[in-house]
Amino acid sequence: MRAAFDSLDEDTIMHGIKPFAALMALACAALPVTAMAADEVAALRAELQALRADYDARVAALESRLAQLESAPATVPEPAPAPVAATRAAASAFNPAISLILAGSYADTSRDPGDWRIAGFMPNGGEIGPGERSFGVGESELQLAASIDPYFSGTLIAAITGEDEIEVEEAYFRTLALPAGFTLKGGRFFSGIGYLNEVHGHAWDFADQPLAYQAFYANQYAQDGAQLKWLAPTDLFLELGAEAGNDGAFPGTRREGNGAGGAAFFAHVGGDIGDSLSWRLGASWHETDAEDRAYEDLDQSGDAVVNAFTGKSRTWIADAVLKWTPQRGAPGRQLKLQGEYLSRRERGTLAFDVDGAGLVDAYRSSQSGWYLQGVYRFRPRWRAGLRYDSLDSGTPSIGLVSGGVLPLEAFPALLPGDATRSTVMLDWNPSEFSRWRLQYAWDEARDDGDTDGQLRLQYLFGIGAHGAHKY
Amino acid sequence: MKRIIGNGLLAFALLAASVPANAALRILATTADWGALAAELGGDRVTVYTATSALQDAHRVEARPSLIARARNADLVVANGAELEVGWLPVLVQESGNPHIQRGTPGYFEAASHVRLVEVPSQLDRSLGDIHPQGNPHIQLDPRNVALVARALSAKLAALDPEGAAYFAARAKDFDARWDAAIRRWEELAAPLRGTPVVIMHRDQAYLCRWLGLTEVASIEPKPGVPPSAGYLGQLVKSLAGTPPRVILLNAYNDPKAANWLSARVKAPAVVLPYSVGGTERAKDLFGLFDDTIDRLLEAVR
Repeated sequence: MRAAFDSLDEDTIMHGIKPFAALMALACAALPVTAMAADEVAALRAELQALRADYDARVAALESRLAQLESAPATVPEPAPAPVAATRAAASAFNPAISLILAGSYADTSRDPGDWRIAGFMPNGGEIGPGERSFGVGESELQLAASIDPYFSGTLIAAITGEDEIEVEEAYFRTLALPAGFTLKGGRFFSGIGYLNEVHGHAWDFADQPLAYQAFYANQYAQDGAQLKWLAPTDLFLELGAEAGNDGAFPGTRREGNGAGGAAFFAHVGGDIGDSLSWRLGASWHETDAEDRAYEDLDQSGDAVVNAFTGKSRTWIADAVLKWTPQRGAPGRQLKLQGEYLSRRERGTLAFDVDGAGLVDAYRSSQSGWYLQGVYRFRPRWRAGLRYDSLDSGTPSIGLVSGGVLPLEAFPALLPGDATRSTVMLDWNPSEFSRWRLQYAWDEARDDGDTDGQLRLQYLFGIGAHGAHKY
Repeated sequence: MKRIIGNGLLAFALLAASVPANAALRILATTADWGALAAELGGDRVTVYTATSALQDAHRVEARPSLIARARNADLVVANGAELEVGWLPVLVQESGNPHIQRGTPGYFEAASHVRLVEVPSQLDRSLGDIHPQGNPHIQLDPRNVALVARALSAKLAALDPEGAAYFAARAKDFDARWDAAIRRWEELAAPLRGTPVVIMHRDQAYLCRWLGLTEVASIEPKPGVPPSAGYLGQLVKSLAGTPPRVILLNAYNDPKAANWLSARVKAPAVVLPYSVGGTERAKDLFGLFDDTIDRLLEAVR
């Protein structure tokens, strides 16, 4: 269309002037023309001719354009998308992200959960084991998180426990702006040792922790302290971490001295194999001191006594995770294999009946445990899992027994045992925010070795901010 | 001992600071489309690593170790935004220990904040399904959005690598011209598709429908992110009797079962669209993505 105009006159400015000049000429033509020269009239005629051609071309172009638009509406552009305006500012706009986890379960066990304990391991006072029978609200969890400023972010995770108490699971800050791959975390946090230690209850693949975590860390080890992590600048994932804290949680105890109560170190490596497999391997070391770490037991005549361990506790953990997420075929499938091995040596003294006899002598133990589990998401909303747990309590060296002061029967909790458990699980996830889980375990943790059949139906719901989970 | 530690720390600091000045800008893109765009605009002044393939649902990716390692070394994260990656990108950025790509820093770029999002929910409640508070995040299937994001991304590249500003500007101009011409070509080609009644799988085809003027008569998902039940599909067949669709749209990463079932009942072909760069053999780059999408649609209605 543009070409049609241009062919008439190169100079586009002239388009505006020409019609005006022509109109003036027409007006003049109405006046007596006697004074006009013949060549002037001819020029005017030519001008008029050109004008007519110009308008004809314009009208034709407009008509053809109209016809085109009517026949093909596809070329009508929709309003061009424009950038969004900045979001509104309000006092509440800076509120932290809040998410709430609601959990509850129904439990049915063939043996009394009250007499459940792990053979050969010192009771650690944690909320471990199959829990109570029948209906129960599990741990509901409230999480608040936000950036503090450009340099720090903060997180608080509080749990409402089965005893209707509010417990601060984690309350920490972490740095956002340290250079060279460093991150510093401080406050109370789940230690980076092992693989499952950092994972919150609602994200576990089974309703409970592996026996090894229950025995060695009363489910999970929380530090009140600081953690420094460094991520290597390589395409292979390599992460190193060090922690120091008051080590007030089992297997450590709160002490009165200055300085850190213990230290933990961990290293993780990981990567991909092809486009469907990913993996992570880890090794951790944790050393702490226990001071009068008390536990309840029954002596040889069946009376309740309180015994206490004082000494060094060293634990190391090896962990491995492999995930297969096929890229082709039915989407949403994933197989996750994971296993961990925990080993602990304790060396120090054991006090028998601290409130009574108060006998003290050397104590040494070497214990280990492992689990292996596989969880398969066979449809986007369904997962099935299998887990096997095994613990080896070893035979502790108890000075009071080897010295002939007390019989071994005076320490029933320390009688050697090899607890095992097999668990199957099926869960259904109607959405990302809800999960129903059915789990059955054949539990042989008690020292008599008899099986406890444990059935558990569990729900887990997430409300509020969309959580992001770690690998 | 102290001297050894001091020297060690110094060596370490030097090592950390000795990133070559003329190194290419390292970009971590969350999806194949934004990865492809970053490569188009950045040329050989950038290296691009893409976190998700077209056969993955970008919503379901995990913050796996290899991605954390890439995030650690990235100078720029090119994300889709509008909560598409909410389940993993925050963890990735947090675990990376990389101060340059934290949210709110110049190294964090979100495509969705440069276009106008549609389907911004007026009511926010999870009973409505997997809705996104800022609007529908699947913006890349409207090429006009890609053009807007390209302009913003090019400016971002120039800001992060000022020496390459002229280079990026030239590439952006070239891309813009080719993209503009391509949009006109696609719109012309797709003109016969205007008004075609279609059934979509998920809201991620909404921008394509709007751009090409396809008429959505139904969605296989009853609500965003909620898979259809057998009962719902039965109802769908009945309700579609009045407004029969010509085509059922499906993405390369979708499970085709429900769409195929419906296709046989309502006598409309189920067309697998690439959805993302790499989704089909022909969708090798952004141009191929739309070439293939439109050809497949035209083929289906022929």
